[in-house]
Amino acid sequence: MDNILSNNIRNISKLLLEGRFSTLDILDACMKRIEKTKPLNMFITISEKLAKEQSEKSSIRYKTQKPKSVMDGIPIAIKDNFCTKDVRTSCGSMMLQNFIPPYNATVCQKLIDAGAVLIGKTNLDEFAMGSGTVDSIFGATKNIWGYKDDLDDFHIPGGSSGGSAVAVATGSCFGAFGSDTGGSTRNPASYCGLVGLKPTYGLISRLGLIPLVNSMDVPGILTRTVDDCVYMLNATAGPDPKDSTCVSMPYSPIRIPPAANLSIKNVKIGIPKEYASEYLEDEVLETWNEVAALLENAGAIIKQVSMPHTELSIVCYSILNQCEVASNMARYDGVQYGFRATENSSTEQMYAKTRSLGFNSVVKHRILTGNYFLLNRNYEKYFEKALKVRRLISNDFDNVFEEVQILLTPTTLTTAPLFSDYIKKSNSEQCSQQDFCTQPANMAGIPALSIPIKLSRNGLPLSLQLMSKNFSEATLLAFGKFLEDKVKFPHYVREV
Amino acid sequence: MIISENLWYTKTFFRKWQSVVGLEVHAQIMADTKLFSASSSSFLSSTNTNVSFHDASIPGTLPVLNKRCVEAGVITALALDCNVNMISMFDRKHYFYGDMPAGYQITQQRHPLASDGSCKFIVFTPGIHKSPYMKEVKIKQIQLEQDSGKSLHCDDRSLVDLNRAGMGLMELVFHPDLSDGEEAAALVKELCRILKRVETCSCKMEEGALRVDVNVSIHRCNEPLGIRTEIKNIGSVRAVAAAVKYEIERQIKLKNKGYDVINETRAWDAEKKITVAMRDKEEKQDYRYMPEPNLSPLFLSTGDVHQGLIDIEQLKQSLPELPAKTRERLEKTLELTADQAMILVNDDVLLTFFEDCVKKKELIPKFLAKTLIYEFSNAVNKMNIDPANFLHRIDFVADTVYLMQTRQINRDTALNLFIELLQGNTGDPLQIVTKKNLFQITDEAELELLCKELMNENKKLVDLYRGGKTKVLKAMMGILAAKTNQRADMAKCDQILKKLLNE
Repeated sequence: MDNILSNNIRNISKLLLEGRFSTLDILDACMKRIEKTKPLNMFITISEKLAKEQSEKSSIRYKTQKPKSVMDGIPIAIKDNFCTKDVRTSCGSMMLQNFIPPYNATVCQKLIDAGAVLIGKTNLDEFAMGSGTVDSIFGATKNIWGYKDDLDDFHIPGGSSGGSAVAVATGSCFGAFGSDTGGSTRNPASYCGLVGLKPTYGLISRLGLIPLVNSMDVPGILTRTVDDCVYMLNATAGPDPKDSTCVSMPYSPIRIPPAANLSIKNVKIGIPKEYASEYLEDEVLETWNEVAALLENAGAIIKQVSMPHTELSIVCYSILNQCEVASNMARYDGVQYGFRATENSSTEQMYAKTRSLGFNSVVKHRILTGNYFLLNRNYEKYFEKALKVRRLISNDFDNVFEEVQILLTPTTLTTAPLFSDYIKKSNSEQCSQQDFCTQPANMAGIPALSIPIKLSRNGLPLSLQLMSKNFSEATLLAFGKFLEDKVKFPHYVREV
Repeated sequence: MIISENLWYTKTFFRKWQSVVGLEVHAQIMADTKLFSASSSSFLSSTNTNVSFHDASIPGTLPVLNKRCVEAGVITALALDCNVNMISMFDRKHYFYGDMPAGYQITQQRHPLASDGSCKFIVFTPGIHKSPYMKEVKIKQIQLEQDSGKSLHCDDRSLVDLNRAGMGLMELVFHPDLSDGEEAAALVKELCRILKRVETCSCKMEEGALRVDVNVSIHRCNEPLGIRTEIKNIGSVRAVAAAVKYEIERQIKLKNKGYDVINETRAWDAEKKITVAMRDKEEKQDYRYMPEPNLSPLFLSTGDVHQGLIDIEQLKQSLPELPAKTRERLEKTLELTADQAMILVNDDVLLTFFEDCVKKKELIPKFLAKTLIYEFSNAVNKMNIDPANFLHRIDFVADTVYLMQTRQINRDTALNLFIELLQGNTGDPLQIVTKKNLFQITDEAELELLCKELMNENKKLVDLYRGGKTKVLKAMMGILAAKTNQRADMAKCDQILKKLLNE
């Protein structure tokens, strides 16, 4: 039963339909795997009771040969910044440590409607502010790659959706939702050897995703294969009248033919030279070159392109991020929900103490600088200027997509760093290096996909990123599937 | 010497202070649901029952703009002659307050829905003004924004009611074109008439549906404007007049004593009838405005409608006749006096009676207006009853006026008929008049007979009159009226009686 966990969603669904085992057997296997990998600390809350109920209902549907979709009965995990009705949603923060939402995020509701089984809520950096899944009040999450029981140190899983990534990589579930504002889904996908999709802004509803930067946040998908990613996307994409930034055009489900039938002949692929950062590790650069050569051999046309505003992305992002954070965090005042400090001298004192105790230093730092940038006298100098730079970055993509269909870049500059090295740097330093290749896509809103390629010499995953035009997920995923088939990444679950 | 010179100086300039008044009005939009959520906007619901997850700012919730609120904003802007902006945007205005759960209010600061409007209105308060005069005020902008909740502060705790939180408001910002409290009050009244006419706000100030902030400053002729104070949340039209009047006088007194007016927010104490400084806003707040990232810019269209967009042209065409236009029509087309037109337009129910009656019978509009304004209003006041409950009895009113116009009954009878109506009489006027024999006596022979009878019965008065005390005629007319149960045609009696007495 254990090796069933390395299977893909399509096969599981088929086997369930054939009655080879029941959804409860799968759930049980997942729960055992979670128990076994507990030291990695990927879950904040395990919703076992709810999962059992959902799984039981699903098994009845399979018995009558009427599953709701290919996702029916499939255990999945959700990052702990998506609201789940009656299941604690903490954002990894003391502020929401005991917050139980009264509603489901649209993503969760759609997954439930498709029959999926929600097994738990995964760890993240507090309010998704980080790239390592190290800044959570529930402690850091550990990467399964390079992990040894007897060592004090470990590799970080990347973040901020590190909990979701490790959950999928260990086979504790078949897919997971993260969120992606500057790379928070693709970064851990890269470090944990997973497929990580950041869909086009507005393709999947943000309702119920507790915001970091509203104008860049998207729900992100973490799976072991591109096909699984497609199923997760098909189950959740499409209009939502409750999210005004979600596009209103109807979504047509993506279907990708078998890899053998795919061809990339004459597809124009751009290699943006500005992504070759000075911090790019040699092994990542090698991988990048190898894959470019591989694609050229398969008939694609490789072109070097220039995106001159790439390096401005990080500094521009840091201003926009902190401004929106300052605003979005204003609601946490201890009045209606969440943590409230014991302080009765005045309402203002209660706010002050609650916020000073309830947030970690990263969050407080961003609130403070964000409010500074938004002051009347600074607004033009910082916020407005950042918006203009954002436009330039977005224009870079528009221009380059006139020439090529797909961009090929690294996802991360390195393989997963050691925890001990990582925490030597400040949060802003961490983010600026971690998000270098992923951040620009969020500025422009375009879809981006991280594909695991191979293992490094010391056994850590190396991944590359594919980017394409707005709403071209079908092309992007098909291309990703082609590449996936060529490189045959050795997934961890298969090695267990 | 110096002191008296100063006094002279002060006295001379005392009369030369000019006051400048500007208004900011928050009008709650008449809509079934809130600006960004689907919860009800009813005023009468019990505490914290009209609160959606978004209204309570539960994490992860998003605003969805209410189309009706935008339409109401556009209609209001058109009624106030504004330029409606084809693209407007929403901003977040940040400040902490217990009844503002998100820590910010969604408003339109940088790109409002509409700008540059104007409003003409009549200023006339009997007892203060000898005659009505026209005034025009410019409108700076109209923006859509969320209302806050309500806080209730007790001894040891504060309670919050979020029913009002998130309701749609139109904030109307006027230029400081007014010069005193009466003008401010007259503008608020006209604004209420307009908003009620276009049905975008109930204007029930007692429910807080319309709230007025005023800015007041004084300066000397030919000098720049003075430092202004702001009086917040004034709750009635008369309070607007009184608060502004008080504040102007307070500022003049301060200046005359040599003090400066300080820029501050004050509140109107309706009981003591004074303005008092509010303590909490001493420091100048920086609201750190930021574009609302969860809403796309608000696009409108004109004529050529894109799917889902609000069409300004269509709303313009569906606009009802506005109060100023009604006044003009009543005066020009129906030949009412300016006063009559003003009174009717000020009173929706009276105006409805007028407009409906004028269609029913061959009534002379001016005569009808006069009857409604005097006899009908008199009956309404006497009975202290809402005439709106009798709008279905238009025929009764029209018939009564018709009987009077054709001299079949007199004014007193008309008044009594209106009272009968308000008391619930379901008959029609002609029936009542016939049954109670209330027809006016107009037959000259009959009247002459009555007059002669009167003279016989009151020889003393006749003698007095003939002796030169002509004012006893009034007393005699009174007796005659009583004698005939108010039925005699008094105009004719006056002639006949005079003729007989002078024989």
